[in-house]
Amino acid sequence: MSPAILLLLALGLGLAGWLAARARAWGFKRASEGKRLAALPTYHAWYVALWIVVPVIIFIAIWSAIAPQLIVNSVLASPAAADLPAFGMQRAQILSEARAAASGSTSAMFNPASRDFVEPFREAISRTNWIGIAATLAIALLGGIWSFLRLKPDFTARTRVERAVMVVLLLASLVAILTTLGILVSLVFETVRFFGMVDPWSFLTGTHWGPDPMANPDNPDPTRYGAIPLFWGTIYIGAIIAMIVAIPLGLMSAIYLTQYAKPSWRKWLKPALEILAGVPTVVYGYFAALTVAPVVRDAAVAIGISNASSESALAAGLVMGIMIIPFVSSMADDSIAAVPQAMRDGSLAMGATTSETISKVLVPAALPGIVAGVMLAISRAIGETMIVVMAAGAAANLSANPLEAMTTVTFQIVAMLTGEGSFDHPATLSAFALGFVLFMVTLGLNFVALRVVKRFREAYE
Amino acid sequence: MNVHSNLDTTDQKMTARGVSVYYGDKKAIDDVSIDIPTEYVTAFIGPSGCGKSTFLRTMNRMNDTIPSARVEGTITLDGEDIYKSGMDVVQLRARVGMVFQKPNPFPKSIYDNVAYGPKIHGFAESKSELDEVVEKSLRRAGLWQEVKERLDDSGTALSGGQQQRLCIARAIAVDPEVILMDEPCSALDPIATAKIEELIDELKGRYAIVIVTHSMQQAARVSERTAFFHLGKMVEYGRTSDIFTNPQETRTQDYITGRYG
Repeated sequence: MSPAILLLLALGLGLAGWLAARARAWGFKRASEGKRLAALPTYHAWYVALWIVVPVIIFIAIWSAIAPQLIVNSVLASPAAADLPAFGMQRAQILSEARAAASGSTSAMFNPASRDFVEPFREAISRTNWIGIAATLAIALLGGIWSFLRLKPDFTARTRVERAVMVVLLLASLVAILTTLGILVSLVFETVRFFGMVDPWSFLTGTHWGPDPMANPDNPDPTRYGAIPLFWGTIYIGAIIAMIVAIPLGLMSAIYLTQYAKPSWRKWLKPALEILAGVPTVVYGYFAALTVAPVVRDAAVAIGISNASSESALAAGLVMGIMIIPFVSSMADDSIAAVPQAMRDGSLAMGATTSETISKVLVPAALPGIVAGVMLAISRAIGETMIVVMAAGAAANLSANPLEAMTTVTFQIVAMLTGEGSFDHPATLSAFALGFVLFMVTLGLNFVALRVVKRFREAYE
Repeated sequence: MNVHSNLDTTDQKMTARGVSVYYGDKKAIDDVSIDIPTEYVTAFIGPSGCGKSTFLRTMNRMNDTIPSARVEGTITLDGEDIYKSGMDVVQLRARVGMVFQKPNPFPKSIYDNVAYGPKIHGFAESKSELDEVVEKSLRRAGLWQEVKERLDDSGTALSGGQQQRLCIARAIAVDPEVILMDEPCSALDPIATAKIEELIDELKGRYAIVIVTHSMQQAARVSERTAFFHLGKMVEYGRTSDIFTNPQETRTQDYITGRYG
């Protein structure tokens, strides 16, 4: 008996409870001769239905987690189990084969010993199913009867149902938070494993990156795990080159859109700019690799740099900057628009020109919001993968020359996880350590940005 | 030419002739003609939505910031049409300053708030000159004693009344000839209001002052000339004492005696 059938059963009982409770509440209403009930009949109905369905769902969740173990335990308690091999693959194979045969999903058995266990399994499964159904019914009936008996004309079903709705919403918001925590925990777990093999100091300060997935995993060479070139490549491409492109362009387009553009133009331009944010990064990636990178190389050759490569930090950074423009400009746009009109009027009434008003009053007043936008943009840029995978190259160079190929943290995470190394090889695990560092940096940037935005909001309200 | 036969001919700082203002197709001001004397305070009174603030904003072309606004007729400053083509709005607004309904100091220090205008208009050559302008303006606005120890504090940290006097100091700092005040006391308590009114009294004579107000008592207290606006038209204009004791128009009388508005 699968949990889905138990769930259907619960929903059916819930519906029955819903109808019964509603009928009873209408009965109250008729009997009360025009007086108001404390809650509408529908709320009474929902109250009972929730008391039936919710406990059953909780039971099903627990039951489907423990039922398989209960089945195995009862099989092992049967007399046939005495002949089983004590431990190991063979024992597990016999059990799983017997189980598959018992539930009817296979008929072929390779291990003759399995045959003895088919019958005990079949018995155990059917027994467990009956227990499950009986418990489901019992819980549903208990919940239904208990809640049904509480219904009275003055029963405040509405506030209770509202409270249940609030709990549902709370749980929904917790899902995202708990997922983040879960990601962090799994990262930490693998990172700790990695740092057990390669010491953190040589990882964080080493200047040579060249993990060998084929090397002996028990004795990794820590000098090959220096992540500084990756951090540098990430910062150089994501936080320096991309920001040199994105900050001025984003800020100027925000100023144009909020202060100069006619409403009819703004209506067109703002969504057009926001489309940039919706372009898949892989599209930016091949734009960088196929269009921008050759142009950069040709330009470098034209000015006399003969060994310019077709993969360069500059190409990746430029395209990443374009990708980031909407983030910078929409945050800047919002925070400039949030500066009260009175500020602008005050400045204009002093005889300031529009551009003086913008540079001396509006931008300074909006600065915290703009800074926050830039920080969010940086955290977005350094986490970006596709563009650097396609345009920046794989060579871990520690160089300030933008025409050289560089690699980033995100690129190496992809390279290490999809490489030939086995999963518990330090080269593969290094991806988790890199991911952990990246996660902490972007988390820090987001945190600071949100704090800055919050302080800014307080200033005007 | 004097359009107001009931008034002495005095120096006219600003004149308006046949001014109408439209917001899109809606006529907000209908054919207003008025002279603003140099040495007096002129008050615009009238019920909400009568167009007095709109008319005030046409006098330093602040209506230009509203895309749908359109002005007809002529307004002159010292005989020069401020709506003629090629008029430098920046220069005009330096000569005709404005104080708004809600105090709107910039989120900068008190000093920088006052120094803002002199800086953008290049009034002060050196820091010490700028210091002088700032001090003089704050003294004239009656704020110097209260803030001289904390010129570096944010202008937004002052109380509402102090903020409004800071805005007046800021307007004075560019040495305007006319100061337009758009309900400058409507966001202030009675004590702060009294201080602003005192200040208006002190500034009188040095600047031509036009004040829009909802409070008829305030108009009576601070002004020598009063114009009554109703439904976009200027109904009556005259000496404040005449308007309040002996109005010529029944609509003025009705408003002043509180029959509407």
